[in-house]
Amino acid sequence: MTALEFTVVVWALSALAGFLGALTGLGGGVVVVPALTLALGVDMKYAIGASLVSVIATSSGAAAAYVREGFSNIRIGMFLEIATTLGAVAGAILVGRIGTHALAIIFGLVLVQAAYQALFKAAPESGLPVASDALATRLRLNGDYPAGGGRQKYGARNVRTGFSIMFTAGVLSGLLGIGSGALKVIAMDRAMHIPFKVSTTTSNFMIGVTAAASAGLYLVHGYIDPRVAMPVMLGVLAGALVGAKVLVHARARTLRFVFGAVILILAVEMIVNGILGKV
Amino acid sequence: MAMDDRRLETIIGRLLQVGVLLAAAVVTIGGAAYLVQHHADRVEYRHFVPGGPDLCTFPGIVRSAAHFESLGIIQFGLLILIATPVARVGLAIAGFALERDRLYTVVSLIVLLILLASLLHAT
Repeated sequence: MTALEFTVVVWALSALAGFLGALTGLGGGVVVVPALTLALGVDMKYAIGASLVSVIATSSGAAAAYVREGFSNIRIGMFLEIATTLGAVAGAILVGRIGTHALAIIFGLVLVQAAYQALFKAAPESGLPVASDALATRLRLNGDYPAGGGRQKYGARNVRTGFSIMFTAGVLSGLLGIGSGALKVIAMDRAMHIPFKVSTTTSNFMIGVTAAASAGLYLVHGYIDPRVAMPVMLGVLAGALVGAKVLVHARARTLRFVFGAVILILAVEMIVNGILGKV
Repeated sequence: MAMDDRRLETIIGRLLQVGVLLAAAVVTIGGAAYLVQHHADRVEYRHFVPGGPDLCTFPGIVRSAAHFESLGIIQFGLLILIATPVARVGLAIAGFALERDRLYTVVSLIVLLILLASLLHAT
Protein backbone atom coordinates (compact mmCIF):
# COMPACT_ATOMS: atom_id res chain seq x y z
CA MET A 1 0.00 0.00 0.00
CA THR A 2 1.30 3.49 -0.79
CA ALA A 3 1.26 6.26 1.81
CA LEU A 4 -1.48 8.06 -0.13
CA GLU A 5 -3.72 4.98 -0.31
CA PHE A 6 -3.18 4.22 3.38
CA THR A 7 -3.99 7.80 4.40
CA VAL A 8 -7.18 7.92 2.32
CA VAL A 9 -8.46 4.51 3.46
CA VAL A 10 -7.70 5.20 7.14
CA TRP A 11 -9.29 8.65 6.93
CA ALA A 12 -12.49 7.21 5.43
CA LEU A 13 -12.70 4.37 7.97
CA SER A 14 -12.08 6.81 10.82
CA ALA A 15 -14.70 9.27 9.53
CA LEU A 16 -17.24 6.44 9.43
CA ALA A 17 -16.25 5.32 12.94
CA GLY A 18 -16.49 8.88 14.28
CA PHE A 19 -19.87 9.38 12.59
CA LEU A 20 -21.38 6.16 13.98
CA GLY A 21 -19.73 6.73 17.34
CA ALA A 22 -21.34 10.15 17.67
CA LEU A 23 -24.77 8.90 16.57
CA THR A 24 -24.81 5.98 18.98
CA GLY A 25 -22.98 7.65 21.83
CA LEU A 26 -20.40 4.85 21.94
CA GLY A 27 -17.49 6.95 20.66
CA GLY A 28 -15.21 6.31 17.68
CA GLY A 29 -12.32 4.55 19.44
CA VAL A 30 -14.07 1.22 19.83
CA VAL A 31 -14.28 0.82 16.05
CA VAL A 32 -11.08 2.53 14.91
CA VAL A 33 -8.70 0.17 16.71
CA PRO A 34 -10.18 -3.12 15.43
CA ALA A 35 -10.66 -1.62 11.93
CA LEU A 36 -6.98 -0.66 11.75
CA THR A 37 -5.64 -3.91 13.18
CA LEU A 38 -8.00 -6.36 11.47
CA ALA A 39 -8.57 -4.71 8.08
CA LEU A 40 -5.20 -3.00 7.52
CA GLY A 41 -2.87 -5.12 9.62
CA VAL A 42 -1.67 -2.17 11.70
CA ASP A 43 0.11 -3.14 14.95
CA MET A 44 -2.15 -2.71 18.01
CA LYS A 45 0.24 -0.19 19.56
CA TYR A 46 0.02 2.21 16.60
CA ALA A 47 -3.75 1.72 16.48
CA ILE A 48 -4.35 2.53 20.15
CA GLY A 49 -1.94 5.48 19.94
CA ALA A 50 -3.89 6.97 17.04
CA SER A 51 -7.19 6.20 18.72
CA LEU A 52 -6.16 7.91 21.96
CA VAL A 53 -5.42 11.09 20.03
CA SER A 54 -8.81 10.97 18.29
CA VAL A 55 -10.51 10.47 21.66
CA ILE A 56 -9.05 13.76 22.90
CA ALA A 57 -10.17 15.49 19.68
CA THR A 58 -13.80 14.39 19.94
CA SER A 59 -14.04 15.11 23.66
CA SER A 60 -12.58 18.61 23.41
CA GLY A 61 -14.37 19.33 20.13
CA ALA A 62 -17.80 18.56 21.57
CA ALA A 63 -17.25 20.33 24.89
CA ALA A 64 -18.76 23.69 23.89
CA ALA A 65 -21.95 22.04 22.63
CA TYR A 66 -22.37 20.06 25.85
CA VAL A 67 -21.81 23.12 28.03
CA ARG A 68 -24.55 24.98 26.13
CA GLU A 69 -27.03 22.28 27.12
CA GLY A 70 -26.30 23.05 30.77
CA PHE A 71 -26.20 19.51 32.15
CA SER A 72 -22.50 18.88 32.81
CA ASN A 73 -21.20 19.20 36.36
CA ILE A 74 -17.62 20.46 36.52
CA ARG A 75 -17.16 19.54 40.20
CA ILE A 76 -18.25 15.92 39.81
CA GLY A 77 -16.08 15.69 36.69
CA MET A 78 -12.99 17.22 38.27
CA PHE A 79 -13.21 15.17 41.47
CA LEU A 80 -13.62 11.87 39.60
CA GLU A 81 -10.81 12.81 37.21
CA ILE A 82 -8.39 12.18 40.07
CA ALA A 83 -9.41 8.52 39.75
CA THR A 84 -9.50 8.35 35.94
CA THR A 85 -6.13 10.07 35.41
CA LEU A 86 -4.39 7.83 37.97
CA GLY A 87 -5.96 4.82 36.25
CA ALA A 88 -4.93 6.11 32.83
CA VAL A 89 -1.29 6.44 33.88
CA ALA A 90 -1.38 2.87 35.22
CA GLY A 91 -3.01 1.64 32.00
CA ALA A 92 -0.44 3.40 29.79
CA ILE A 93 2.39 1.79 31.78
CA LEU A 94 0.73 -1.63 31.38
CA VAL A 95 0.55 -1.36 27.55
CA GLY A 96 4.29 -1.98 27.26
CA ARG A 97 4.23 -4.88 29.73
CA ILE A 98 1.29 -6.79 28.27
CA GLY A 99 1.78 -8.71 25.02
CA THR A 100 -0.10 -7.62 21.90
CA HIS A 101 -2.16 -10.83 21.85
CA ALA A 102 -3.41 -10.27 25.39
CA LEU A 103 -4.20 -6.64 24.50
CA ALA A 104 -6.30 -7.84 21.56
CA ILE A 105 -8.23 -10.26 23.78
CA ILE A 106 -8.91 -7.59 26.44
CA PHE A 107 -10.01 -5.21 23.69
CA GLY A 108 -12.34 -7.89 22.31
CA LEU A 109 -13.98 -8.35 25.71
CA VAL A 110 -14.58 -4.60 26.03
CA LEU A 111 -16.12 -4.70 22.54
CA VAL A 112 -18.49 -7.50 23.60
CA GLN A 113 -19.73 -5.23 26.39
CA ALA A 114 -20.16 -2.32 23.96
CA ALA A 115 -22.07 -4.53 21.52
CA TYR A 116 -24.35 -5.76 24.28
CA GLN A 117 -25.05 -2.20 25.29
CA ALA A 118 -25.83 -1.14 21.72
CA LEU A 119 -28.01 -4.15 20.94
CA PHE A 120 -30.05 -4.67 24.07
CA LYS A 121 -30.25 -1.42 25.95
CA ALA A 122 -32.35 1.55 25.05
CA ALA A 123 -31.32 4.85 26.64
CA PRO A 124 -31.93 4.12 30.33
CA GLU A 125 -34.66 6.05 32.05
CA SER A 126 -33.18 8.07 34.84
CA GLY A 127 -34.37 7.28 38.32
CA LEU A 128 -35.60 10.16 40.42
CA PRO A 129 -32.88 12.54 41.59
CA VAL A 130 -31.60 11.59 45.06
CA ALA A 131 -30.35 13.62 48.01
CA SER A 132 -26.58 13.50 48.61
CA ASP A 133 -25.17 11.21 51.30
CA ALA A 134 -22.65 12.49 53.86
CA LEU A 135 -19.46 12.19 51.79
CA ALA A 136 -21.04 13.62 48.62
CA THR A 137 -22.36 16.53 50.66
CA ARG A 138 -18.93 17.23 52.06
CA LEU A 139 -17.51 17.13 48.51
CA ARG A 140 -20.38 19.36 47.30
CA LEU A 141 -21.23 17.02 44.41
CA ASN A 142 -24.86 18.15 44.27
CA GLY A 143 -26.07 20.34 41.41
CA ASP A 144 -29.06 21.26 39.28
CA TYR A 145 -30.04 21.08 35.62
CA PRO A 146 -32.64 22.82 33.44
CA ALA A 147 -36.05 21.10 33.57
CA GLY A 148 -39.42 22.47 32.49
CA GLY A 149 -38.54 26.16 32.80
CA GLY A 150 -37.06 25.78 36.28
CA ARG A 151 -34.06 23.88 37.59
CA GLN A 152 -34.14 20.35 38.97
CA LYS A 153 -31.85 19.76 41.94
CA TYR A 154 -29.96 16.47 42.33
CA GLY A 155 -27.42 14.88 44.64
CA ALA A 156 -24.94 11.99 44.57
CA ARG A 157 -24.30 8.85 46.62
CA ASN A 158 -21.77 6.01 46.92
CA VAL A 159 -18.77 8.21 46.11
CA ARG A 160 -16.25 5.46 46.98
CA THR A 161 -17.82 2.93 44.58
CA GLY A 162 -18.04 5.52 41.82
CA PHE A 163 -14.41 6.50 42.41
CA SER A 164 -13.23 2.87 42.13
CA ILE A 165 -15.17 2.26 38.92
CA MET A 166 -13.69 5.48 37.53
CA PHE A 167 -10.19 4.20 38.29
CA THR A 168 -10.99 1.06 36.26
CA ALA A 169 -12.36 3.19 33.44
CA GLY A 170 -9.07 5.11 33.47
CA VAL A 171 -7.00 1.90 33.33
CA LEU A 172 -9.00 0.65 30.30
CA SER A 173 -8.67 4.04 28.61
CA GLY A 174 -4.89 4.08 29.08
CA LEU A 175 -4.51 0.42 28.16
CA LEU A 176 -6.64 0.40 25.01
CA GLY A 177 -6.59 4.02 23.79
CA ILE A 178 -10.36 4.36 24.13
CA GLY A 179 -12.52 6.91 25.97
CA SER A 180 -14.32 4.24 28.03
CA GLY A 181 -17.25 6.64 28.25
CA ALA A 182 -19.73 3.79 28.80
CA LEU A 183 -18.03 2.72 32.03
CA LYS A 184 -17.76 6.34 33.19
CA VAL A 185 -21.50 6.76 32.70
CA ILE A 186 -22.16 3.54 34.64
CA ALA A 187 -20.05 4.85 37.54
CA MET A 188 -22.05 8.08 37.77
CA ASP A 189 -25.52 6.99 36.69
CA ARG A 190 -25.78 3.53 38.28
CA ALA A 191 -23.35 3.65 41.19
CA MET A 192 -23.67 7.29 42.26
CA HIS A 193 -27.32 7.86 41.24
CA ILE A 194 -26.43 11.00 39.28
CA PRO A 195 -29.09 11.77 36.59
CA PHE A 196 -28.34 10.10 33.22
CA LYS A 197 -28.09 13.31 31.20
CA VAL A 198 -25.68 14.84 33.74
CA SER A 199 -23.64 11.62 33.68
CA THR A 200 -23.26 11.46 29.88
CA THR A 201 -22.32 15.12 29.41
CA THR A 202 -19.92 15.12 32.36
CA SER A 203 -18.40 11.88 31.05
CA ASN A 204 -17.66 13.56 27.71
CA PHE A 205 -15.75 16.28 29.53
CA MET A 206 -13.77 13.72 31.53
CA ILE A 207 -12.77 11.59 28.53
CA GLY A 208 -10.33 14.17 27.15
CA VAL A 209 -8.57 14.78 30.47
CA THR A 210 -8.33 11.03 31.11
CA ALA A 211 -6.81 10.43 27.67
CA ALA A 212 -4.34 13.30 28.12
CA ALA A 213 -2.99 11.52 31.21
CA SER A 214 -1.81 8.60 29.03
CA ALA A 215 -0.69 10.75 26.09
CA GLY A 216 2.78 11.62 27.44
CA LEU A 217 3.66 7.97 28.02
CA TYR A 218 2.21 6.96 24.65
CA LEU A 219 4.33 9.61 22.95
CA VAL A 220 7.61 8.58 24.61
CA HIS A 221 7.05 4.93 23.80
CA GLY A 222 6.37 5.74 20.15
CA TYR A 223 2.75 4.54 20.04
CA ILE A 224 1.71 7.83 18.44
CA ASP A 225 3.04 7.57 14.89
CA PRO A 226 2.20 10.77 12.97
CA ARG A 227 1.56 8.88 9.72
CA VAL A 228 -1.16 6.78 11.36
CA ALA A 229 -2.50 9.31 13.87
CA MET A 230 -2.94 12.08 11.24
CA PRO A 231 -5.70 10.42 9.16
CA VAL A 232 -7.32 8.86 12.24
CA MET A 233 -7.57 12.13 14.16
CA LEU A 234 -8.82 14.16 11.17
CA GLY A 235 -11.24 11.42 10.09
CA VAL A 236 -12.79 10.75 13.49
CA LEU A 237 -13.11 14.48 14.18
CA ALA A 238 -14.85 15.15 10.85
CA GLY A 239 -17.15 12.15 11.31
CA ALA A 240 -18.04 13.11 14.87
CA LEU A 241 -18.83 16.72 13.94
CA VAL A 242 -21.17 15.61 11.13
CA GLY A 243 -22.66 12.92 13.39
CA ALA A 244 -23.48 15.45 16.09
CA LYS A 245 -25.26 17.62 13.49
CA VAL A 246 -27.53 14.88 12.12
CA LEU A 247 -28.12 13.30 15.52
CA VAL A 248 -31.61 14.77 15.76
CA HIS A 249 -32.83 13.28 12.49
CA ALA A 250 -31.32 9.83 12.83
CA ARG A 251 -33.37 6.72 13.45
CA ALA A 252 -31.38 5.78 16.49
CA ARG A 253 -32.74 2.28 17.10
CA THR A 254 -31.97 0.81 13.67
CA LEU A 255 -28.58 2.44 13.77
CA ARG A 256 -27.72 1.11 17.20
CA PHE A 257 -28.67 -2.37 16.02
CA VAL A 258 -26.43 -2.23 12.92
CA PHE A 259 -23.58 -0.69 14.88
CA GLY A 260 -23.98 -3.23 17.66
CA ALA A 261 -23.85 -6.12 15.16
CA VAL A 262 -20.69 -4.69 13.55
CA ILE A 263 -19.02 -4.31 16.94
CA LEU A 264 -19.94 -7.86 17.90
CA ILE A 265 -18.32 -9.23 14.72
CA LEU A 266 -15.19 -7.14 15.41
CA ALA A 267 -15.16 -8.38 19.01
CA VAL A 268 -15.19 -12.04 17.96
CA GLU A 269 -12.47 -11.42 15.35
CA MET A 270 -10.30 -9.56 17.87
CA ILE A 271 -10.57 -12.34 20.45
CA VAL A 272 -10.01 -15.15 17.93
CA ASN A 273 -7.03 -13.39 16.35
CA GLY A 274 -5.64 -12.64 19.80
CA ILE A 275 -5.88 -16.29 20.83
CA LEU A 276 -4.38 -17.49 17.54
CA GLY A 277 -1.61 -14.88 17.90
CA LYS A 278 -2.39 -13.26 14.53
CA VAL A 279 -2.90 -9.68 15.72
CA MET B 1 -19.43 39.75 36.18
CA ALA B 2 -18.82 37.33 39.03
CA MET B 3 -17.31 33.94 38.28
CA ASP B 4 -19.69 31.02 38.68
CA ASP B 5 -19.59 27.40 37.50
CA ARG B 6 -21.76 28.02 34.44
CA ARG B 7 -19.62 30.89 33.15
CA LEU B 8 -16.45 28.97 33.93
CA GLU B 9 -17.65 25.97 31.91
CA THR B 10 -18.64 28.17 28.97
CA ILE B 11 -15.20 29.75 28.82
CA ILE B 12 -13.53 26.35 29.07
CA GLY B 13 -15.78 24.84 26.38
CA ARG B 14 -14.93 27.65 23.97
CA LEU B 15 -11.19 27.31 24.68
CA LEU B 16 -11.29 23.56 23.99
CA GLN B 17 -13.04 24.09 20.67
CA VAL B 18 -10.51 26.69 19.51
CA GLY B 19 -7.66 24.39 20.58
CA VAL B 20 -9.05 21.44 18.62
CA LEU B 21 -9.60 23.49 15.46
CA LEU B 22 -6.07 24.91 15.70
CA ALA B 23 -4.64 21.41 16.22
CA ALA B 24 -6.63 20.04 13.27
CA ALA B 25 -5.36 22.88 11.05
CA VAL B 26 -1.71 22.24 11.96
CA VAL B 27 -2.10 18.46 11.52
CA THR B 28 -3.74 19.05 8.12
CA ILE B 29 -0.86 21.27 6.98
CA GLY B 30 1.71 18.70 8.14
CA GLY B 31 -0.28 15.87 6.58
CA ALA B 32 -0.54 17.67 3.23
CA ALA B 33 3.23 18.31 3.22
CA TYR B 34 3.88 14.66 4.10
CA LEU B 35 1.67 13.40 1.27
CA VAL B 36 3.22 15.78 -1.29
CA GLN B 37 6.68 14.38 -0.48
CA HIS B 38 5.88 10.74 0.30
CA HIS B 39 2.60 9.83 -1.42
CA ALA B 40 4.20 7.02 -3.44
CA ASP B 41 6.18 5.49 -0.53
CA ARG B 42 5.31 1.91 0.36
CA VAL B 43 4.04 1.82 3.96
CA GLU B 44 3.17 -0.95 6.38
CA TYR B 45 2.69 -0.81 10.14
CA ARG B 46 2.49 -4.54 10.86
CA HIS B 47 5.36 -4.51 13.31
CA PHE B 48 5.81 -1.94 16.02
CA VAL B 49 9.14 -0.12 15.82
CA PRO B 50 9.76 2.58 18.42
CA GLY B 51 10.14 5.89 16.56
CA GLY B 52 13.26 8.05 16.49
CA PRO B 53 13.83 10.55 19.30
CA ASP B 54 12.71 13.34 16.96
CA LEU B 55 9.04 12.44 17.20
CA CYS B 56 8.78 11.05 20.73
CA THR B 57 9.77 13.98 22.94
CA PHE B 58 8.64 17.60 23.21
CA PRO B 59 12.06 19.09 22.36
CA GLY B 60 12.49 16.72 19.42
CA ILE B 61 9.06 17.50 18.01
CA VAL B 62 9.49 21.27 18.38
CA ARG B 63 12.92 21.10 16.69
CA SER B 64 11.57 18.96 13.86
CA ALA B 65 8.54 21.24 13.34
CA ALA B 66 10.79 24.32 13.39
CA HIS B 67 12.71 22.79 10.48
CA PHE B 68 9.38 22.43 8.63
CA GLU B 69 9.64 18.65 8.56
CA SER B 70 6.19 17.31 7.72
CA LEU B 71 6.02 14.59 10.39
CA GLY B 72 7.27 17.05 13.01
CA ILE B 73 4.49 19.48 12.08
CA ILE B 74 1.88 16.72 12.46
CA GLN B 75 3.25 15.77 15.90
CA PHE B 76 3.30 19.44 16.88
CA GLY B 77 -0.40 19.67 15.97
CA LEU B 78 -1.06 16.60 18.11
CA LEU B 79 0.81 18.26 20.99
CA ILE B 80 -1.56 21.24 20.73
CA LEU B 81 -4.43 18.78 20.88
CA ILE B 82 -3.02 16.99 23.93
CA ALA B 83 -2.57 20.40 25.58
CA THR B 84 -6.30 21.27 25.32
CA PRO B 85 -7.52 19.12 28.23
CA VAL B 86 -4.48 20.17 30.27
CA ALA B 87 -5.37 23.82 29.67
CA ARG B 88 -8.91 22.98 30.67
CA VAL B 89 -7.76 21.82 34.08
CA GLY B 90 -5.48 24.86 34.42
CA LEU B 91 -8.40 27.20 33.69
CA ALA B 92 -10.57 25.34 36.18
CA ILE B 93 -7.96 25.97 38.87
CA ALA B 94 -8.05 29.70 38.11
CA GLY B 95 -11.85 29.68 38.03
CA PHE B 96 -12.26 27.86 41.33
CA ALA B 97 -9.68 30.17 42.91
CA LEU B 98 -11.73 33.18 41.72
CA GLU B 99 -14.84 31.55 43.22
CA ARG B 100 -12.82 31.21 46.45
CA ASP B 101 -13.55 27.51 46.43
CA ARG B 102 -10.53 26.12 48.22
CA LEU B 103 -11.59 22.44 48.07
CA TYR B 104 -11.99 22.39 44.29
CA THR B 105 -8.93 24.52 43.66
CA VAL B 106 -6.98 21.75 45.42
CA VAL B 107 -8.87 18.95 43.61
CA SER B 108 -8.08 20.56 40.23
CA LEU B 109 -4.43 21.05 41.27
CA ILE B 110 -4.13 17.33 42.04
CA VAL B 111 -5.49 16.44 38.59
CA LEU B 112 -3.08 18.91 36.96
CA LEU B 113 -0.14 17.40 38.86
CA ILE B 114 -1.04 13.88 37.69
CA LEU B 115 -1.28 15.13 34.09
CA LEU B 116 2.04 16.96 34.30
CA ALA B 117 3.79 13.98 35.92
CA SER B 118 2.74 11.85 32.97
CA LEU B 119 3.64 14.48 30.36
CA LEU B 120 7.04 15.10 31.97
CA HIS B 121 8.12 11.70 30.65
CA ALA B 122 8.05 13.20 27.18
CA THR B 123 10.46 16.04 27.89
